[in-house]
Amino acid sequence: MLDLQCANNSSLCGGAASPPSGFDLRKEAEAAGITETLRELEHELIGLKPVKSRVRQIASLLLIERIRQRAGLVSSPPTLHMSFTGNPGTGKTTVALRMAKILHGLGFVRRGQVISVTRDDLVGQYIGHTAPKTKEILKKAMGGVLFIDEAYYLHRPDNERDYGQEAIEILLQVMENQREDLVVILAGYGERMTNFFASNPGFRSRIAHHIEFPDYSEAELLLISELMLKERGYSFSAAAREAFVNYIALRMTQPFFSNARSIRNAVDRIRLRQADRLVSDLDRMLEIKDLETIDSSDVLASRVFSASPPGEGREPSERTS
Amino acid sequence: MRLTQGCFSFLPDLTDDQIYKQVQYCLANGWAVNIEFTDDPHPRNTYWEMWGLPMFDLSDAAGVMMELAECRRVYGDRYIRISGFDSSHGWESVRISFLVNRPAQEPYFALERQEVAGRVVRYATRLCPSREATP
Ligand SMILES: Nc1ncnc2c1ncn2[C@@H]1O[C@H](COP(=O)(O)OP(=O)(O)OP(=O)(O)O)[C@@H](O)[C@H]1O
Ligand SMILES: [Mg+2]
Repeated sequence: MLDLQCANNSSLCGGAASPPSGFDLRKEAEAAGITETLRELEHELIGLKPVKSRVRQIASLLLIERIRQRAGLVSSPPTLHMSFTGNPGTGKTTVALRMAKILHGLGFVRRGQVISVTRDDLVGQYIGHTAPKTKEILKKAMGGVLFIDEAYYLHRPDNERDYGQEAIEILLQVMENQREDLVVILAGYGERMTNFFASNPGFRSRIAHHIEFPDYSEAELLLISELMLKERGYSFSAAAREAFVNYIALRMTQPFFSNARSIRNAVDRIRLRQADRLVSDLDRMLEIKDLETIDSSDVLASRVFSASPPGEGREPSERTS
Repeated sequence: MRLTQGCFSFLPDLTDDQIYKQVQYCLANGWAVNIEFTDDPHPRNTYWEMWGLPMFDLSDAAGVMMELAECRRVYGDRYIRISGFDSSHGWESVRISFLVNRPAQEPYFALERQEVAGRVVRYATRLCPSREATP
């Protein structure tokens, strides 16, 4: 993992014989590409204050660790396995991808690929199926990050002969012995992860960083929606923006609300309705502005506004349109 | 007798670091990496046994090294080789193959001469167990 060949910036290398006496921190950070990645993290992700500051801390530690190594000081390769806990759609997968980039930039993983798996990818159907399956995934993840979503499904407390246990044991072994070869990130919903760690203390102790993802506030969700629209080349009209504020407040009280993901789905459906509205009147000249603007009617047509209050036996679903 | 087959075989045995780099080179070229083993290193024996399936979708050679360690643990007393197979059109063949493990006592080969009709002489290479092992 820690291969410290000064890949692209020869000025970092210093003399071959004696370590350099001073280090230009800015240059070091930029050479590793973390300034850029951290800036992206800051701008492309709304909110998530605690997460961002943790990621920043880890990046700083790794940067200093790398410089200490080169200065010939005592340095121990840090344990980098992490767990991300938080409700659906709070950005765990998104941050994991960024994390891989940071680790790769600093040379703590050699390739920087992210292999994202769930129980089905690791656990087999019959005796002798699990070990090869888990190893196959581990081999692919070597040199990068293994992201295990909803990790608690690996452990089935009601069935002690469950094959999940076998996968857990192989994972634990590799997490301990091949720390230089891969970084494991476990993700899942808060409470169930706590239970999972309680019944698998081996995992808990091998994980250095437990990061919690808070739910978004209404204001943050609005910012996220505007960011998403901007990325897709749209924007709200003043009335539409106001309508969407109401939409968020209503949607949050309804079942199966999943933070930013619900917002993303809402944005996609709003685009559909906007297109439909434009196409329904074929006898007019479209202006660029028409193509870019989301009207309040596009938002208000959503079923969220007509839905009866939650708990009245409606079929609840993420399809809520 | 020190077996010389495949690439690098006239050099000292590769270290694990060197093997890692060769495997990484294969992966970077998109070749499928195979681990094979045998107890019959006769040059005419082209059919070595495979350890697991070819590995073609790895990013890093550490995965191959993990399998190699496992293979050595089980078949440390045999010859093990790593090969890289290039499946791209026009090649479709093994591009590199090198030994990564040999038994502590290596066998040797005897050249056998046979005189047949019409003063014709035929030769054959016969695999013999290592001299040290035989009394
Ligand atoms: N802070 C944010 N700013 C902008 N977009 C965000 C933010 N958080 C999440 N998103 C967007 O929300 C969507 C869902 O996020 P993501 O898949 O990372 O959630 P998750 O926590 O992994 O959810 P799950 O636990 O259900 O897998 C993505 O499209 C992502 O781009
Ligand atoms: Mg996810």
